[in-house]
Amino acid sequence: MAERTQKQKPAPSRTEETVEEAPASTASGDKLKAELDDLLDEIDGVLETNAEDFVKSYVQKGGQ
Amino acid sequence: MAIPKVCGIETEYGIMVRGADSNPVTASSLLINAYLAVNYRKVGWDFEDEHPGHDARGFAVDDLLAPDIETNLVNSVLTNGARYYVDHAHPEISTPECLTALEVVRYDRAAEEIIRESMAAAGGHLPVGAEILCYKNNSDGKGNSYGCHENYLLARSVPFGRIVSQVTPHFVTRQVMIGAGKVGCEVAGMSADDVPYQISQRADFFEEEVGLETTLKRPIVNTRDEPHCDASKYRRLHVIVGDSNMSEIATYLKVGTTAIVLAMIEDDALGDDWLLANPVAAIRQVSHDPSLQRTILLRSGRRATAIEVQWGVLERARKYERSHGLSAVGESVGVDVLARWEAVLTGLENDISTVAGIVDWVAKKRLIEGYADRHNLSATDARLKALDLQYHDLRADKCLARRVGLQTLIDDDEVESAKTEPPTTTRAYFRGRCLAKWPADIVAANWDSLVFDIGRDPLRRVPMMEPLRGTAEHVARLIDESNTPAELLARLGA
Repeated sequence: MAERTQKQKPAPSRTEETVEEAPASTASGDKLKAELDDLLDEIDGVLETNAEDFVKSYVQKGGQ
Repeated sequence: MAIPKVCGIETEYGIMVRGADSNPVTASSLLINAYLAVNYRKVGWDFEDEHPGHDARGFAVDDLLAPDIETNLVNSVLTNGARYYVDHAHPEISTPECLTALEVVRYDRAAEEIIRESMAAAGGHLPVGAEILCYKNNSDGKGNSYGCHENYLLARSVPFGRIVSQVTPHFVTRQVMIGAGKVGCEVAGMSADDVPYQISQRADFFEEEVGLETTLKRPIVNTRDEPHCDASKYRRLHVIVGDSNMSEIATYLKVGTTAIVLAMIEDDALGDDWLLANPVAAIRQVSHDPSLQRTILLRSGRRATAIEVQWGVLERARKYERSHGLSAVGESVGVDVLARWEAVLTGLENDISTVAGIVDWVAKKRLIEGYADRHNLSATDARLKALDLQYHDLRADKCLARRVGLQTLIDDDEVESAKTEPPTTTRAYFRGRCLAKWPADIVAANWDSLVFDIGRDPLRRVPMMEPLRGTAEHVARLIDESNTPAELLARLGA
């Protein structure tokens, strides 16, 4: 399917071509992981204090 | 050619009172009245939802008996053209009629802000230490669900059978992009041991392919035929199958892709390639499979993953763009929706972490798995369910969705103005502007009419049977130049 074809990167013209693409994606993966770690660090301060009671008390009447 | 896909979203919010006894109907009424008391001089003008005896068209003005007054439930219309009311023990906001998916996102975001302000305003009316909390989700995890409904304008001439069969594959499979994610499972006889995490909040609650119900035995395609406009020309497809989204881009894709699919069906350009053999089983199966690998049975006997069905529908949409254009959904928005649709499917297929800033169920899943890993929790630990709920918590400081790095589409100032100003390109403009300018003179408002009290009998009713009349282009000058409603009505041709 033509729509799904990724754009080809321009052919590398110099010696940097030996650098693989992996570092970029790992770097963004690392960044994502670091962001998640930061979030998990702060989350205990945000989370409802008694999770079990909170979850139990969250009862809704059915709606549409 | 398909008619413009005028569209909107109605969201029922979860509500909980902490620190005081209260039932959800009272709490919902208090929430809304507290907001109206701060922002409106007149509290909640009531309106009748239906006027079956009145079918006048266009802007002709006729007479109307005073509507019955319903005092026990709050039911108000805001100056942005939205409706804010109590429904089924939940506070609910219906966005005004919008012309594009982008506008729907803007008004859906404004609705969130209105709820947030309402929670703050309600605090002043509660005992010290008590608070009303609202959640933009669709399930309490105990088998009770409440909806986020979409509405789309269709030509009455489109055969309903074609709509049902051809839109169903999209409704069953679009959840891979727009599911809001859920810890556990609410299908009778199944538990979190069977399904620790699933894609959709709502999928567990669908038991029929097609039908009129919205609160039990829910159907994938709802047959409510209440167009709130000229019924001889239009149909309003009432879609009850979607989740409430915290991600703006998810809401955008939900409404944008569905509007395109419906335009294609209207122009008979979608076809039957992706019809499903068993939609009810399929919608749950897709939801219960975050690996996205399982296949569902097509009517043709083939099997396909949900993503393959989505690629198939998108390919048709690309062809449709070339053959018909996308003016029915707003050309530039339509083109942008197609590009984002493709990007999300590509991400879901190749590297799911790349869509964690767009797809709610992916963002929530990362959060839940990260937390479970860190604290070595089992899949059924209450803390994971608490995280799930708190993803949808509308208190700014408690809302986890605001912390997971979701991308946005709408600037804060656009959200701010959408709280009070109506869209300019639908009849919501007329409704909103009149309510803002003459709040004391309007005794009832409805999707398809406004009723004025101009100080002498009888009350004057302005029908609005055409969703695309009453726009800024049509009536801005009229409203600007009229000093009184009587003057406005005279100029409208009364």
